[in-house]
Amino acid sequence: MSILFAVLVISAKNPVHSILYLVLTFFTFTIQYILLNAQFLAIVNFIVYMGAILVLFLYTLMLINLNKDAEPVKTNMVKIAAVLGGGCLLVVVVAALKVIGVSDPVLFKDPNLGLVKNLGKVLFNEFLLPFEISSLLLLSAMVGAVLLATKDPKTA
Amino acid sequence: MESFFKTAQTVPLNHYILLSAIIFSIGVIGVLIRRNAIVIFMSIELMLNSVNLLLTAFSVYRGDATGQVFVFFIMALAAAEVAVGLAIIVMIYRNTNSIDINVLNRLKW
Repeated sequence: MSILFAVLVISAKNPVHSILYLVLTFFTFTIQYILLNAQFLAIVNFIVYMGAILVLFLYTLMLINLNKDAEPVKTNMVKIAAVLGGGCLLVVVVAALKVIGVSDPVLFKDPNLGLVKNLGKVLFNEFLLPFEISSLLLLSAMVGAVLLATKDPKTA
Repeated sequence: MESFFKTAQTVPLNHYILLSAIIFSIGVIGVLIRRNAIVIFMSIELMLNSVNLLLTAFSVYRGDATGQVFVFFIMALAAAEVAVGLAIIVMIYRNTNSIDINVLNRLKW
């Protein structure tokens, strides 16, 4: 299911359709997280990806009015070469998987592993410094984005 | 609901690896065949997400919460990256009136 939607993301002609398919793909990923009993990640995936990032994409598309659909088509030669390259990557990974052999089913060793309580303990004990640094990263990204997106006062 | 999770427990780890590999390859192909900068960005998001799923699967498989914390950091990073990247795309569009990446040929060495 998510494979189908992912294929549609890269093959849709209209970028708006492409974004909507991306929403569906992320939704299937959220379902996967729930199946893996990772509830915190499922919620974060739902909010951050399907909420924030996709809205950001849609707004950008709205800013850059793309209705004329002016994307020039690449030659078939390049397309075939690209698909071949991606296929080669896939074959290599799958072949490596074949060498490893059959694996065990994914058992939930710890039933409350992915719950918010457990993850919060790990996050704020062992990973406190990376957590603070990531907050700095987000702040600098926000400032940088605003700085880039505002017009230069000299040229405007 | 209980039987549903019982069935979900029988999925082998290999299937998760396979799914992630396929999605990652689709992302790579998307980067290669499209020239619309925004679609290329979305392909990068696809790749990031497939890696996230793989990390989560391994973390559940090993019973170790570190992997899921790492996925959380990757998500924060992806949010920052998308914000800056889309700002750059908007700026490119203002300067060149198109988001075709071939316009940026001048960046070639």
